[in-house]
Amino acid sequence: MHDYLLALLGGAMIGFAAVLLMAAHGNIMGVSGIVNRLLPPIAVDWQWRALFVLGTVLSPVVAMLISGQFPEITITKNPAVLLIGGLIVGVGTVTGNGCTSGHGVCGLSRHSTRSLVATIVFMLSAIATVYVVRHL
Amino acid sequence: MKQLSALFIGLLFGLGLVVSGMVNPGKVLGFLDIFGDWDASLAFVMGGAVVVTFIGFRWIGRAGKPWFDGRYKFPSLTQIDSRLIIGAMLFGIGWGLVGLCPGPALAAFLVEPWALLVFLAGLAGGMVLPRLLGAQN
Repeated sequence: MHDYLLALLGGAMIGFAAVLLMAAHGNIMGVSGIVNRLLPPIAVDWQWRALFVLGTVLSPVVAMLISGQFPEITITKNPAVLLIGGLIVGVGTVTGNGCTSGHGVCGLSRHSTRSLVATIVFMLSAIATVYVVRHL
Repeated sequence: MKQLSALFIGLLFGLGLVVSGMVNPGKVLGFLDIFGDWDASLAFVMGGAVVVTFIGFRWIGRAGKPWFDGRYKFPSLTQIDSRLIIGAMLFGIGWGLVGLCPGPALAAFLVEPWALLVFLAGLAGGMVLPRLLGAQN
């Protein structure tokens, strides 16, 4: 299948997951918020969040069982870049109350101006970062 | 049933990341590199997800109750302040540096465990850090 179709199909699956989480649990599918509430002070209703995370972590194994191959992943092996990158994503998502799933997918779908502003800012800042790293 | 459904929804989300290619930081960086050899495909991930979520949230509405909970917890914040802007800006820098946002960082863990362990340790530290510093104010 063409890359664009796979992207559209995968995107629809992500959207379907967000709709199900709202319909079943009444919660916004914001992954940074879900992970954040599993860290101290741990939320009282941590169980569903832990299981959501477990499901996502296990997804490549299920993909392997269905398609026979692990997803292709290219990632830097530089531990300093990985650690600092993770750290900035952590600080940024708790400060700005969300990431690609919460602001990008759920927020835009609710016509939240707040999420629209956040999405535009993090897209521009990510594009600028890649430009600096790759082209300067 | 409630907990089991969370496992299934997390799995569906992760499979969406795998199918779309969003799980692959190399591909994400190619998407963000609009001034280089741009890979536009990931725009369709956001497009597909927003269309389905938009229709789904309309269908859910605000009346009634979720299947396993007392109420829908739609966010109530509307304020656009410096916290939101600075947070989103920082998040974008980290995302552009490695190509990982929180969801794909979980989905990629079993494929590249060592790299993801370092990234996730940073992520957890970065989430807890503002609380520790804030406690002094």
